[in-house]
Amino acid sequence: MSATIDGRPIEARAGATILDACRDAGLDVPTLCYLETLTPVNACRVCVVEVEGARVLAPACSRRIEPGMVVRTRSPRVDLSRKLVLELLGSSVDLSTAPTLEPLMREYGADPGRFGPAPATVRQSPKVDNDLYMRDYSKCVLCYKCVEACGTDAQHTFAIAAAGRGFDAHISTEFDVVLPESACVYCGNCIAVCPTGALMAKHEYDLREAGAWKPEVQTATDTTCPYCGVGCTLTVHVQDRRIVKVTSPLESEVTRGNLCVKGRFGFEYVNKTG
Amino acid sequence: MDLHITGGEPTEDERAAIDALLGVPESGWEGAARDIARDGRTAAGGHSVAGQRHRLLPALHAVQDRVGWVSRGAMNYICRRLSVPPAEAWGVLTFYHLLARAPRPTAVAHVCDDIACRLRGAEALCQELETRLGPPLAGGSPAATPDMNGAGVSGAVEAAPALRRAGAPAPAAMAWQRSPCLGQCDAGSAALITRAGAMPERFVLAPAADASAIVEALAGSTPAPPRPTVRWTGTPRLLSRVGKVDPASLDGYREQGGYRALARALELGPERVIAEVTASKLLGRGGAAFPTGRKWDAVRRQPATPHYVVCNADESEPGTFKDRVLMEQDPFAVVEAMTICGLATGAAQGFIYIRGEYPLAEARVGSAIAEAREAGLLGADVMGSGQAFDIEVRRGGGAYICGEETALFNSIEGRRGEPRSKPPFPAEVGVFGKPTVANNVETLVNVLAIVLEGGESWARLGTPASTGTRLFCLSGHVERPGLYEVPFGATLRDLIDLAGGVPGGRGVKAVLLGGAAGSFVGPGHLDLPLTFEDARAAGATLGSGVIMVYDETADIADSLHRIAEFFHHESCGQCVPCRVGTQRQLELLPTLAAPSASSAAAAASVFGELSVAMKDASICGLGQTASGAIESALNLGLIERPVKGGE
Repeated sequence: MSATIDGRPIEARAGATILDACRDAGLDVPTLCYLETLTPVNACRVCVVEVEGARVLAPACSRRIEPGMVVRTRSPRVDLSRKLVLELLGSSVDLSTAPTLEPLMREYGADPGRFGPAPATVRQSPKVDNDLYMRDYSKCVLCYKCVEACGTDAQHTFAIAAAGRGFDAHISTEFDVVLPESACVYCGNCIAVCPTGALMAKHEYDLREAGAWKPEVQTATDTTCPYCGVGCTLTVHVQDRRIVKVTSPLESEVTRGNLCVKGRFGFEYVNKTG
Repeated sequence: MDLHITGGEPTEDERAAIDALLGVPESGWEGAARDIARDGRTAAGGHSVAGQRHRLLPALHAVQDRVGWVSRGAMNYICRRLSVPPAEAWGVLTFYHLLARAPRPTAVAHVCDDIACRLRGAEALCQELETRLGPPLAGGSPAATPDMNGAGVSGAVEAAPALRRAGAPAPAAMAWQRSPCLGQCDAGSAALITRAGAMPERFVLAPAADASAIVEALAGSTPAPPRPTVRWTGTPRLLSRVGKVDPASLDGYREQGGYRALARALELGPERVIAEVTASKLLGRGGAAFPTGRKWDAVRRQPATPHYVVCNADESEPGTFKDRVLMEQDPFAVVEAMTICGLATGAAQGFIYIRGEYPLAEARVGSAIAEAREAGLLGADVMGSGQAFDIEVRRGGGAYICGEETALFNSIEGRRGEPRSKPPFPAEVGVFGKPTVANNVETLVNVLAIVLEGGESWARLGTPASTGTRLFCLSGHVERPGLYEVPFGATLRDLIDLAGGVPGGRGVKAVLLGGAAGSFVGPGHLDLPLTFEDARAAGATLGSGVIMVYDETADIADSLHRIAEFFHHESCGQCVPCRVGTQRQLELLPTLAAPSASSAAAAASVFGELSVAMKDASICGLGQTASGAIESALNLGLIERPVKGGE
């Protein structure tokens, strides 16, 4: 079907979202809560665009293209909303391990400091309650990705969900129990989709705390998981000849970025070299 | 679903409350104790159990009613019964402020301290209660999270276990908490009283004259239900039976013309009923003013089945009480109108979602449904037509956002009341993912007269673009707060005069039109005709029909603060502009009245941008309207800076 984006006529496939159409046309629309492998929740509102004739802005990640639609991905309205969303996040959440947001902040001229001297934040102590990963909800932007990965979009474990309401809304286990008491199976698929480092492998967290996390010297090598016959693709991140992290590529047809506890965390034996 | 459930079993009371709603489980698969001989060779579960998810909120209510709070053991048992993961059930439990998740006294007063009641002294009442009963419970506030052991959240809570050991609800087993608007704005003060137990009681005390009256109500007295003030000009269409018909009597309803409209609708058939509703140009009365006929037609045409009717009775807009009065005083009218809607749109099942703060409306609509069913006016063969339609009452849990139709659908389905992204619209994908008509109570009740009179004839009243009559909820500084029915076109001044004017002959400083989600207009707008088109042209909205009058002595800043608190409390938290924006709005508000002109201007500039982004980028109407009242107050100069500035 035909539509117009930023003054350019485009052809979009049926069922395509505005974001799909933009990316097909080589146009950049920033996203935060969106991930190709998950159902769009359109919660962050970073990807809003202007649709001609619409009263309010539309989330590009989930709004489907309609025939004849006229879309503007950059306009004073769009830019203002994106700037405010970034400022609201920057003023309430610790974004120190969310590298993708910093260039956006610059691009949109976001100044999170302008809400007064002591705006409320979600600051709290990190939850370290098991050996495999930690949860630092000071860094949580509530993108729902981890909930989706834990739930129907990948793992079907349902160990975590959104709880509370309003500014107090947060991701939680039932009655905020520690992970070992919850339904968690430690697949780590929540960590894989977290965009801000709120969820992190304990191993990486400890190295960062010790000042020994050095992404600039890390190499990433794809291999196949040795544990079972499924044959998941692993990307092995190595620093100073030691495996420091295992991920799986989103593009992998087998895993779509997901792994199980063994594939993601069962590498310590390789590091034990004597 | 393979559930992982740890930490606690229900008490006998909790189990009994849940089984009373869901039935006794027949096997380990459905929540009974596992018995390998019985359960080992069968598998009951899957969709038959997971399909029960929509009973989650009723089950949580059942425990809340019986015990006064929801323990981990009770929640676990509900999860087993309905195959809901505990983390998701916790997400639902923590969403609704009428549900407590820590032990608390069994008798709790939810005292309205919202804008309308504040104009009539709610803060003084709260101070008096604090002296009598101690500080308010924080349990109603979503900000309060208990620790893992479920220990208390305030002083009053800690007394509870001792009281339970004593076995009987001692006089000290009572507490209070502040509440957003209870929809009793015509009474001037109000408290929702909840007493948990085997025979739970929930009722509203309005007016709540003083702290003693509330304490007495908590201790066991049940006051007579209030009689509302209702008035109209001309011939009332919506209020004709209010105060004249016995709300409990189907015969009484029929004597006053009840069920003639359904009979007529059956003669006409679905297409002509929809044609009449379309010809009437009836616009939705919940706030969005969408053409009702178009909505019905769209649902009727949907190939997907089944279709549903949802009556939105989650009236929670501060200052609004019109739907409550209709449901309490003329419940059969609501039932009849829903039935007409169901038959016209091809739906066999309707839901009426009534806010949890309206126990009397819930009881009266519930008994009207039962009586109508008994009389063959609901059920498999409605009025001998061979067509089926039935209605189920659902109780809200204390969440303003559930008045947003897609949030309401999620709530019915047993999920958090988070709005969905539109499109797709409810006519296509509504409750349970099926085509759904969602209409407000007042909208539906209008249909009775439309069907009887014919749409065109009905539309003669009002203006060409705003047909019919409208219910207006007058509150604040007027002599006779109450519910007023007037044809569209009456002015603001007409309504205020009808309500007896401003007490003491004082002047009007401002009027809040449309509730907290609406906007202030100044005395210059008193001759504004109250129609959809005139309001829009004036940059205002009729919203849910709220007219809250502030006289020249009123403290507008106090109201604005309460409005900002309200949206902060009621935001669902899903999208960034609303979740963080309502927090920042609350923080910025005092700085708008900063003593120095330059810092106030700087704050206004930040607030202005924030307001635009909340309007433009929020998912739903809550975030989109949350800054409107404050913005209008700024524009009207109602936010005053102290005269002696720092410059």
